[in-house]
Amino acid sequence: MAIPIGERAPDFELPATNGRRYGLAADDASATLVYWTCNHCPYALAWHDRMLDVARDYAERGVRVLAISSNDAESYPADSFEAMADRVERDGDWPHPYLYDESQQVARDWGAERTPHVYVLDSDLILRYCGAPDADYDDPSQGAAWLRAALDAVLEGREPEPAETEAVGCTIKWRR
Amino acid sequence: MLREAMDEEGMDPARIEVREVDTDESAEREVFVGSPTIRIDGADVQPLEGAPTGLACRVYRRRDGRTSPLPDPEDLRDALRAAAPS
Repeated sequence: MAIPIGERAPDFELPATNGRRYGLAADDASATLVYWTCNHCPYALAWHDRMLDVARDYAERGVRVLAISSNDAESYPADSFEAMADRVERDGDWPHPYLYDESQQVARDWGAERTPHVYVLDSDLILRYCGAPDADYDDPSQGAAWLRAALDAVLEGREPEPAETEAVGCTIKWRR
Repeated sequence: MLREAMDEEGMDPARIEVREVDTDESAEREVFVGSPTIRIDGADVQPLEGAPTGLACRVYRRRDGRTSPLPDPEDLRDALRAAAPS
């Protein structure tokens, strides 16, 4: 069950590939972007650079970004915590932490279904936008426009319009 | 995409056979390396030698270097042309 728009997002504490642990609560961000992704999904990979660009572009406006992978690593070894760490190390330029939801409980709590699946929270951690980064994984020129519009709205104290879009991507790989 | 490409190459899309691979056992049996996999007369349109079998999402590499959940349309057309009777 997805979090309704206007509800506070459930807190969590998860390990990241950088060795630290991250949660929602202990932060004074002007807005928070949480998005589900993973190593092996072609949709997540297609949108990846756009997501990193958003993180970089909005950092100076106080937007905090957390990426989470909840995929079952037993059936999908490419999505193991070790593989996540290897990827970040190899890429070398991730502007935000990459968190591992091994129990998959955070994905269930949030109602995350796909990779990518993006959530924009305001400064009170209230959900303001949920869905896809933009209209087309196959068109980099879209530039995560829906996500950027949602962040701009939240930072300006407006309601994003639309507040929800359909997340497009591979389903989260649940443990069987 | 496949139907469109077959149409363009003068092939009958009704000849497409869709097979669902939904267990690890069937993935191994079919040497299935991810969804979607497109084979023309049994030959993969973008062969992945040595890739592990399993119920994964498949990553294709477009000709411009981008990753995609679908093969490059030109690779698909090339595979169809190669399979077409001369």
